[in-house]
Amino acid sequence: MQIDLRTVTIKPLRHTFSHVARRLGDKPASRYQEGTLDLQADVNFHYRPLWDPEHEIFDAGRTAVVMADWYAFKDPRQFYYGTYTMARAKQQEAAESAFDFVEDRGLIEMLPPDVRELALQVLLPLRHLEWGGNMNNSAICAYGFGAAVTQPAMFHAMDHLGIAQYLTRIGLELADPAVLDQAKEAWMNDAVWQGLRRYIENTFVLSDWFELFVAQNLVLDGLIYPLVFEAFDKALTRRGGGAISMLTQFMREWRNESVKWVDATIKTAAAESPANLALLQGWVANWRAQAYEAVKPLAELALGQEAGAALDDIATAFDRNLNKLGLSR
Amino acid sequence: MASTVFLALQANEDTRLIIEAIMEDNPQAELHEYPAMVKIDSAGPLTIRRVSVEEKIGRDWDLQELHLNLISLSGHIDETEDEMILAWAE
Repeated sequence: MQIDLRTVTIKPLRHTFSHVARRLGDKPASRYQEGTLDLQADVNFHYRPLWDPEHEIFDAGRTAVVMADWYAFKDPRQFYYGTYTMARAKQQEAAESAFDFVEDRGLIEMLPPDVRELALQVLLPLRHLEWGGNMNNSAICAYGFGAAVTQPAMFHAMDHLGIAQYLTRIGLELADPAVLDQAKEAWMNDAVWQGLRRYIENTFVLSDWFELFVAQNLVLDGLIYPLVFEAFDKALTRRGGGAISMLTQFMREWRNESVKWVDATIKTAAAESPANLALLQGWVANWRAQAYEAVKPLAELALGQEAGAALDDIATAFDRNLNKLGLSR
Repeated sequence: MASTVFLALQANEDTRLIIEAIMEDNPQAELHEYPAMVKIDSAGPLTIRRVSVEEKIGRDWDLQELHLNLISLSGHIDETEDEMILAWAE
């Protein structure tokens, strides 16, 4: 008897889910597309929420920004739960080994005392600001519309929480737990922090979630990160604080990665219509002015005499980026 | 045709976007789908560009990562950090 082996090609009847095929056609879709597109519930709601009877429970009308399609937003990183957790797990391993290295080599003991003190003063109260970033992005996720925005907003919220935790750990590496209370005290009462505290507390009560996105993710992070984790970091390193730079590596990496999503989201909304553009312009102008004033005392604390020039550079780079997104200052 | 080069890749989550990028960069290329594999034929040079793939997948990509999913290829290889060109030398 003779047996012939041959390959049989079986054509799949459908290549992806219907909700994805309705948008992209019936071809293989990426996991990101399958886990994002049209996942937001948008019809057949029952009662309106008692806490907001003006709106449905999920309602695109909670922001003044109007989009014909809320899935025009894309996350350039294509994060869905799986890829997001894998990417962060990898970064966490790198961060852990940096902490281990600094501990093993006793690099903290070798820091000049004034550098250690300054790092504590600048970095530690920031954990309260980062917690604010966590709150704000959770709010964007809760009140936003469309999985293409709310999904990465939740990732962003968790990232802010993670950064707050790393800042806490840096504090514990540098000194004893009592510094956490001192940092809280500074955050609540020290003149340096009151501008930032006012800013972040004002954003807590914003009802328009897209305005919140602008105030927190575009403007505040856009000034704080280059100031603290780039300019201040360089200044510390010059003074012999390179060990601290190793411990804040995650923040720099995270900023470079997540800013792609923030920029893409703003760009898409601005390009949608002149009305959106005008709205975004107004928000950016308002929050940028406030944020600039708020970070000034922090820049002076962190950089001393170089503060003015450094802040100018940061603001110029920020405005240049705004132009790229189709906005102007 | 002696000048035809090809690249055979596994068909999976990782390669779908790489294949898309290659097909956009090489309009002359033909895509053949087989079970669990795709073969890209090209009459003339076939270019795989790092930047195009990075744009599609939204993260940094090392050209060497191609080897994780590469089944076979034919042609002379001219490889840099930014692109890999498959072609038969004249």
